[in-house]
Amino acid sequence: MSLFHVLGFCLKIGQLFWMLCCWFLSWFLDADKSPLDPDKTKMKNHNKMCFLWNKISTSGLKIPPSFSHHLFGSVRFGKTFWRKVLVAWVVSWVLISFWTFWCLTSQAMDKRKETLASMCDERARMLQDQFNVSMNHVQAMSILISTFHHAKFPSAIDQRTFSEYTDRTSFERPLTSGVAYAVRVLHSERQEFERQQGWTIRRMEQNPVHKDDYDTEALEPSPVQQEYAPVIFAQDTVSHVISLDMLSGKEDRENVLRARRSGKGVLTAPFPLIKTNRLGVILTFAVYKRDLPSNATPKERIEATNGYLGGVFDIETLVENLLQQLASKQTILVNVYDTTNHSQPISMYGSHVSADGLEHVSPLNFGDPFRKHEMRCRYLGQFKQKPPWPVQSMVTSFGILVIALLVAHIFHATLSRIRRAEEDCHKMELLKKKAEAADVAKSQFLATVSHEIRTPMNGVLGMLHMLMDTELDVTQQDYVRTAQASGKALVSLINEVLDQAKIESGKVELEEVRFDLRGILDDVLSLFSGKSQEKGLELAVYISDRVPEMLIGDPGRFRQILTNLMGNSIKFTEKGHIFVTVHLVDELLDSSDVETSSSSSSTENTLSGLPVADRKRSWQNFKAFSSNGHRSLALAPSEINLVVSVEDTGVGIPVEAQSRIFTPFMQVGPSISRTHGGTGIGLSISKCLVGLMKGEIGFSSTPKVGSTFTFTAVFGNGVHSTERKSELHNNNQPEFEGMKAVLVDHRPARAQVSWYHFQRLGIRVELVTSVDQALRFMKTCATTVDMILVEQEVWNKEADVFVKDPLVPSPKLFLLANSIDTSVSDTLRNVIDPPVLIVKPLRASMLAATLQRGLGIGKRETPQRKGPPALILRNLLLGRKILIVDDNNVNLRVAAGALKKYGADVVCAESGVKAISLLKPPHEFDACFMDIQMPEMDGFEATRRIRGMEEEMNNGEALTVEEGKRSRWHLPVLAMTADVIQATHEKCLKCGMDGYVSKPFEAEQLYREVSRFFNSPSDTES
Amino acid sequence: MNTVVAKLQRQFQDYLVSLYQQGFLDNQFTELRKLQDEGTPDFVAEVVSLFFDDCSKLINSMSRSLERPENVDFKQVDSGVHQLKGSSSSVGARRVKNVCISFKECCDVQNREGCLRCLQQVDYEYKMLKTKLQDLFNLEQQIVQAGGAIPQHFPSYTILRPDIRPCLDA
Repeated sequence: MSLFHVLGFCLKIGQLFWMLCCWFLSWFLDADKSPLDPDKTKMKNHNKMCFLWNKISTSGLKIPPSFSHHLFGSVRFGKTFWRKVLVAWVVSWVLISFWTFWCLTSQAMDKRKETLASMCDERARMLQDQFNVSMNHVQAMSILISTFHHAKFPSAIDQRTFSEYTDRTSFERPLTSGVAYAVRVLHSERQEFERQQGWTIRRMEQNPVHKDDYDTEALEPSPVQQEYAPVIFAQDTVSHVISLDMLSGKEDRENVLRARRSGKGVLTAPFPLIKTNRLGVILTFAVYKRDLPSNATPKERIEATNGYLGGVFDIETLVENLLQQLASKQTILVNVYDTTNHSQPISMYGSHVSADGLEHVSPLNFGDPFRKHEMRCRYLGQFKQKPPWPVQSMVTSFGILVIALLVAHIFHATLSRIRRAEEDCHKMELLKKKAEAADVAKSQFLATVSHEIRTPMNGVLGMLHMLMDTELDVTQQDYVRTAQASGKALVSLINEVLDQAKIESGKVELEEVRFDLRGILDDVLSLFSGKSQEKGLELAVYISDRVPEMLIGDPGRFRQILTNLMGNSIKFTEKGHIFVTVHLVDELLDSSDVETSSSSSSTENTLSGLPVADRKRSWQNFKAFSSNGHRSLALAPSEINLVVSVEDTGVGIPVEAQSRIFTPFMQVGPSISRTHGGTGIGLSISKCLVGLMKGEIGFSSTPKVGSTFTFTAVFGNGVHSTERKSELHNNNQPEFEGMKAVLVDHRPARAQVSWYHFQRLGIRVELVTSVDQALRFMKTCATTVDMILVEQEVWNKEADVFVKDPLVPSPKLFLLANSIDTSVSDTLRNVIDPPVLIVKPLRASMLAATLQRGLGIGKRETPQRKGPPALILRNLLLGRKILIVDDNNVNLRVAAGALKKYGADVVCAESGVKAISLLKPPHEFDACFMDIQMPEMDGFEATRRIRGMEEEMNNGEALTVEEGKRSRWHLPVLAMTADVIQATHEKCLKCGMDGYVSKPFEAEQLYREVSRFFNSPSDTES
Repeated sequence: MNTVVAKLQRQFQDYLVSLYQQGFLDNQFTELRKLQDEGTPDFVAEVVSLFFDDCSKLINSMSRSLERPENVDFKQVDSGVHQLKGSSSSVGARRVKNVCISFKECCDVQNREGCLRCLQQVDYEYKMLKTKLQDLFNLEQQIVQAGGAIPQHFPSYTILRPDIRPCLDA
């Protein structure tokens, strides 16, 4: 368990360090990249950091994923934590640097000590070696004496021989200043000995005397002792000791006794030597009578003793000589001590400088186990006073400290930088929120203000409308009309703004109703026909045959898009044409070059002969057109994907403005709104609407050439499979069916459009490019040609041909012109049958009417409906018997009042049940207005039952039309409802109701609904 | 046209405008007045009195339903409110209608306290309207007695405080 904890902790620490590294790395990188751009660095740093965070947290370490987040959080909130880490870091590194310093220093110290020790040992060993050499020689001498003095009789050695020999062999004993031999003399033998030698045995001076005063003769004779050890031979350097009793000196006696007892060389403690008074030691060897075994007892040795050989060692000189042989003499100070008595070491050599410096002690073995010596070495001079300044260790530790501090500084800087970046980020977030709130507020404000303005504007418009009905003179009427037009413009502008706000807030929903696309386009065309005729523009629409007659979608919104685009085109086009084409997306995909695509290939092939912008470029970014996009765009089989292009030859959009063309309130330039008006909101709305229709919008524009806007939209197919296309087709204008016409036009594109429009009416059109051709065609053609259609452009050039060569069975001549003020009359005044002018844009209803007029066929003028709706409503409702069903008698009363006012015969019912009983066929009612929400039985249920009864009735007497009044029972039932919701509407229709009117009644709406069921009274009467 | 009538007419018009401006009435009342003609001279008064009778009946029944703190039949209250709302909007009693809308909301969430509060408010509003309209009709009668005609045209667009604002953030 604890192991796991430790492991986890280690991992966390490891990650911490890894993160630190990452930080520093990123910081350095960023600092390198843009040192002059702090803001950018901050942001980048932050981003990078985030990236690293993510990377780290996802790098698969065995750490809970929340850890990095937690750490990140603590970066944000735990300022103090990081400060502590920083302090701990600094402190620990200071400690580490001190430790390093100490380590290095002690290492240097050790090294010095070692050097000292080795030097000291070296000296000690040399001294010892030389001493041993000397000692060996002294011992050899003792053997010499025993051999040649005691073993020979008479002795082969006398004082002269001895001194000469010793002098000549003194190089063998570099450490001895002199040697002497003392013989053992018992008291009994003293007189005999003294007589033999010729001198008395004298005892040694007790008090040390000065060298110069030393006089052997002055010394007293030795007092009576048990035995004596007078010196008989001596080297010249110590000849003054001859006849002195060695046993009388304190150190000498002790030495002598010890030497003869041990049989080895023994040393005295250092003492001032006689005469020279220098410090020295005496080495003594005993000389025995016979060769003793090594394990002989001291007693045997004492008895066998013959004499004693002593060597004087002048230590001070010796050591000095020795040290001079060595290099680096001056670096260390050497002291030699006799430490036999531990508490009081006797200095044998060296100055007594008391210093607490580094010291090394090496033991010296001079071959005497009783005596102990040692050598003490110290560094000399400046080395002793001040140890060398530890430069290296100081530099190292200082370097470490500096690096650590630098790292800490970087860390600190990074932290503060992060904090700053975070603050900035926070600030920016706040600003972003503010901006978003402001945007919402803007939309709300727009919506509110638009609404607020619209309400009084409605009042203004209503009043103006009422004012129009009053008696006004011409000027006043003009004023009112202007005011009304302005008011309407204002309202439409407000509606646009409201639209934008609604779309932006996603409040717009599209309708799903069946509509006739061609009708809509005709409507839009007629909307702009006035303007285009004024400017002399060619305005045309072409709809591909593959586009179904009826579509399901939102005609209003579709119309809005088209109106926006065409309005723009009209606004910015001074000459040339505006051409609207509608195709299926599949069509454009299938054939790369569509017949009517009058775009790029040749300028000749456009509607007005002017060059246009490349149409294909306007949709090149569409998903529906990209090669794989089409496959992925899964459309239900009943869905129709339309592509609509609006092509103009206007001023075009400047390249620099093209990017912001769909941004609301952005126009090409501020001067545009002054010269052309408009809010610049139209395209933005169009884009939104196209988006809602699951389509895309795009454009291509060449300045001074023109623009082409293209959008796609998805609609439902409104043509039921049971209905034949041809049934719908042309059924409104059957009188032109089977007619034949010749169209003279040298522009294929324009001819194509004209051909399309005539063909819609059922007229078969033959295309020719010139008048001559037309005439030739008519002469050769077997069938009769009903009309000749001549393009105005052609007419202007070739009108003379007609004048010169009039056809005998002259078909009716029609002139296709762009503006009304075309002067036809001049050239053709004398022609019997003047040509009829067809003013473009071509559209079905207008075309039909003009053709009818020109050909003199067709039905009479339909009775014009005039006057305000209230009057018509009165016409419609007069004498009708109407049932009103509502549980609320106030509503009932009001509705009855309203209908009575228009002359209807009103019956009231308070509940659905009563209504059913009243409406049981046969009955006299012409219509029923039904409240939906009623207790007991609601409007839906009641209607369902009524329909059920009618069904029964119809089934019963379907074949017998007895009364002649009604062949089938179907009472128009209109719902009355306060909430005008689409869902309710649909439900109404589903339950068998025929329509609905909103409560409270409005004349216009009432008229609209009622007129669907009631023909005008005159019709029914006639 | 004598000055008394003119004065009365102006007074009538001002009073009516003030009713619109204070939000007691809306355009529907105008429509209602339009429906009144020679054939039905008392149409407005008739409808309005019908409305007030309805109101008092409905309020009574609703207050009975809301009397007991437990087992409130919200369905019944709801249908009452619905009726009231329908008739008030038909008449053009704008304030009553507005209260009915919030009343209905309370009903939908079955908030008895809210319902009681709204009920009181509806009671207050309709009584207020009743007195106001009675004053108006009195003025009307005075005009008729003085031999003048009741002015038909008056501004209907003076409502500057629309009830329903587009609510974008909802």
